[in-house]
Amino acid sequence: MIVPFSHVLLLAAVLFGLGIFCAVARRNLIMIVLGIEIMLNAASIAFVGAALRWGDLEGQVFVLFILAVAATEVSVGLAVIVYAFRRTGSFDPGAFNLLK
Amino acid sequence: MTVYGILFYLLAAAVVAATAVAITRRNLVHAVVYLIFSYFGTAMLFYLFGAPLLAALEVIIYAGAIMVLFLFVVMMIKVEAPEEYLFPVRQWIPAAFFGAVYLAAGCAMIFASPGNEAALRMLLATPREFGLYVFQNHWFSIEVISLLLLLALVGALRLGRGKHRTGDQV
Repeated sequence: MIVPFSHVLLLAAVLFGLGIFCAVARRNLIMIVLGIEIMLNAASIAFVGAALRWGDLEGQVFVLFILAVAATEVSVGLAVIVYAFRRTGSFDPGAFNLLK
Repeated sequence: MTVYGILFYLLAAAVVAATAVAITRRNLVHAVVYLIFSYFGTAMLFYLFGAPLLAALEVIIYAGAIMVLFLFVVMMIKVEAPEEYLFPVRQWIPAAFFGAVYLAAGCAMIFASPGNEAALRMLLATPREFGLYVFQNHWFSIEVISLLLLLALVGALRLGRGKHRTGDQV
């Protein structure tokens, strides 16, 4: 016997909120991508908890896909950040105003 | 409360605390190292929830590969942290208000929905069961995911070569 499922969902919600705060409030491209990673991780916790709640392996399969998508997203995202850094010399999202 | 319940609350507190410390660091290396702690806690939570293969993958991929990628980028590029400041209060208060409303509604929904009060039973999906399930029911999705990873590899290579192109204005 572990804990009620609602506590697992609450933990995932708190982590997701922290990720949103990190992605919205920080002014650093790398911290924004880290915030997205935190949000994906929170979703994974909710999925694994749900898989245990209903005794169904679908939730765990989804976590496998989330892992792959997170790896994809972070590799392309960091490549874009490095590219943008070469062009503007800054990590500040406010510095990317070439279209202005 | 059983020993598993105590373990869950300990791990949950550790994960939330490590994440909260990580997102407030100015130094990016510190933030990444704290997030590695957070992912180790998450992996132990997965193990507690009966997903040992996912726990191993979480350590290998998240705490290993992804965070090392972040560390490489942080160390490859001379980071002068941009000036961090919170939004002005005028913009900040409404966002916090709506966030609090959603959080309250979500908590109410979580605790009001039936069947969530019963404690979870311990179950275990062995890596063998899990692998058989994945490749019996989701083999096509696995192929799509592998294609996605290949595309990410190509895209990252294409973006990373930008410096050597001719006519690239800096």
